[in-house]
Amino acid sequence: MSGLYSTERGGEFDKALDLKKIKPYGDTINDGKVQLSFTLPVPWGDEAAEAAKQLMRKLGFDNPQVAYSKELTPGFTFFNCYGSCTQTVDFTAIHVPKVASARMDMTQIDEFVRQHIGRKIVVVGASTGTDAHTVGIDAIMNMKGLAGRYGLERYDMFEAHNMGSQVSNEELIARAREVGADAILVSQTVTQKDVHVHNLTELVEMLEAEGLRERVILVAGGPRISHELAKELGYDAGFGANTYADDVGAFVAQEMARRTRA
Amino acid sequence: MQKSKIGLDFGKVARARKTAAGIAAQTQKFEERYTTVAVERTLCRLVGVDGVNDAGVPLPNVLVDSVKERGVLSEGVLFFLGNAIVETGLPPQEIAEKVAAGKLEITDIAPRETAQTRAALQPYIDATVEHIKQRRAKRENYIKTLGEGAQPYIYVIVATGNIYEDVVQAQAAARQGADIIAVIRTTGQSLLDYVPYGATTEGFGGTYATQENFRIMRRALDEVSEELGRYVRLCNYCSGLCMPEIAAMGALEGLDVMLNDALYGILFRDINMQRTLVDQFMSRVINGFAGVIINTGEDNYLTTADAVEEAHTVLASDFINEQLALLAGLPEEQMGLGHAFEIDPDLENGFLLELAQAQMTREIFPRAPLKYMPPTKFMTGNIFKGHLQDALFNVVGIWTGQGIQLLGMPTEAIHTPFMSDRYLAIENARYIFNNMRGIGDEVEFCEGGIVRRRVREVLDKTVSLLERIEGEGLFAALEKGLFADVKRAKDGGKGLGGVVAKGANYCNPFIEIMIKVC
Repeated sequence: MSGLYSTERGGEFDKALDLKKIKPYGDTINDGKVQLSFTLPVPWGDEAAEAAKQLMRKLGFDNPQVAYSKELTPGFTFFNCYGSCTQTVDFTAIHVPKVASARMDMTQIDEFVRQHIGRKIVVVGASTGTDAHTVGIDAIMNMKGLAGRYGLERYDMFEAHNMGSQVSNEELIARAREVGADAILVSQTVTQKDVHVHNLTELVEMLEAEGLRERVILVAGGPRISHELAKELGYDAGFGANTYADDVGAFVAQEMARRTRA
Repeated sequence: MQKSKIGLDFGKVARARKTAAGIAAQTQKFEERYTTVAVERTLCRLVGVDGVNDAGVPLPNVLVDSVKERGVLSEGVLFFLGNAIVETGLPPQEIAEKVAAGKLEITDIAPRETAQTRAALQPYIDATVEHIKQRRAKRENYIKTLGEGAQPYIYVIVATGNIYEDVVQAQAAARQGADIIAVIRTTGQSLLDYVPYGATTEGFGGTYATQENFRIMRRALDEVSEELGRYVRLCNYCSGLCMPEIAAMGALEGLDVMLNDALYGILFRDINMQRTLVDQFMSRVINGFAGVIINTGEDNYLTTADAVEEAHTVLASDFINEQLALLAGLPEEQMGLGHAFEIDPDLENGFLLELAQAQMTREIFPRAPLKYMPPTKFMTGNIFKGHLQDALFNVVGIWTGQGIQLLGMPTEAIHTPFMSDRYLAIENARYIFNNMRGIGDEVEFCEGGIVRRRVREVLDKTVSLLERIEGEGLFAALEKGLFADVKRAKDGGKGLGGVVAKGANYCNPFIEIMIKVC
């Protein structure tokens, strides 16, 4: 299979940007160009390539091209493909729920807490259930933080208790009671078979049963956690990929100030 | 005297090694006085006890728990099993079944003469020792007749959660060029104080390490090894609360490589340090005897600690792991000491620091099949850049002659590998390994340059860290958080309840037999 796939754009099309009907961009507005790769459980050959193209058409791609294919092991063929997307999205109608707190850095957050709370905010965090990944909770809580963004342990106005990984919801609640936590941070990295949803839901139910839910700020985090999912599961906020200690700290501080005022 | 390409001060290396030997000897003195429930369950397995009771509890657990409940585990489970064999004339398996059925209480049997119980146990000990020798011979024969891939061995993981699907993935990876297949364990197994039984078809992020899963996968790899005319090794995880038991099961089923670190469980799974240090000794005695390559887990330090600032803790831990392994009779050729390519990719000349660390580790442990871990901490989800980060990692691997290259996946930080991810990763490694095969022989590093300066700095810090640990003792060092920025209490963590001081009648004949042969 050579790399000489076609780059023709499938005839004339309107090259003006319309935010009500956006399409993928290759090198011209509305060319719809998409690159994708996948494996089909069939042997390599003309039939496999044809199957890949038919699949692309069903996915809504015009002019599907197989740029490269390779049999990974007998009966499984890998494809690199290109096509022109026929679907569009109305960008003007999009609404994504977001954590509604102002962004602040560590110094600003500490100052905010001094002014509006007047004492240290106590935070307990853990990676719960059988999840052995500490990378998320460590990034938010440990002194060092991640990518130059210090963790909550470094903040003057936070008292951070990082319980690490594989912590049961019972242990987490017990610790939160013991230290009088204002906020609980739960990290979930493993999401296979929706095990994170189970863990997160169980914690909310247990907190509610113990009458603690309203007394703490409850935050979920992890690479597959969105604010929307977290809200759905009964959390106050959710933090996904590319969020750091200052994002979490700013939210907790402002939410606490809001609750104090209320 | 070995010639160094990086101006390594071999006098300092010798000093570091001697200090680490002192640390290991102190630890060994402690270990020798204790046994654990995991070690005792291992002994049950090694005299042929397997299977589960009606409630699904493994029979080694049933036996050891029955002795522990009577408060006499200090005598060792073999003391009671020996008495029971003499008394009943039954093999250990049938005794275990009777105990499980509540028909026999082995601690009630009157003690026999040591010579008599030892003679009663001997046929079962001999049978297992012979079985493990046969498995080892089978591997060695395969390597002699089929051959094996050149080092660095290409190591990839399978992690579908279903052992039968893992077989499909593993055979595909072998055909693409993998030399070692690691079957990822299901989340949380490290904290189970028993080894599950039977085949796994639904695990979280992996399958359980069970004897049946080992058997299924080793058989599949034998098949594909014969097809390819190249021996493909199988790796699993000999860590957590069942370290020595998994070593025993691996030895019985012909596993070739085991993750087996002396400190990892303490630091990253919060397993009690006394428990882990006793368990690691027995597990390494078995791995050494079975010809299994162990992989240590220093790479993990750099997932929490900074790879530039804390490089010396990795090297110090390699020295300690080496000395603890030697005490367990595990030869250098089976020590896959660990380190990792985890420096921030934005750091100017970061590649040179990686090269320095890898070359230094190579020269310090010349006979060890070093296990080199790929970037994980700075993988972003940008699969294209990730593929390039993995390529630089592969360049260092071939340049410095690493033993085991654990391939990075472009989709690291996104999902467990697809079949195609593994293919792309293997293609990447094979391209670079082949294209740059001889580069290490061609290049020396210049006097006063970045690489040599870095080597000197890391080695100096390693020596002073090791001397500090020797002064304080390994337990105190762990309590102070000298590794990976993690602090652990000597009496904290999981599994301390399973540690017991050895009593007057205690015996573990396997240690003597297995260490002597190595």
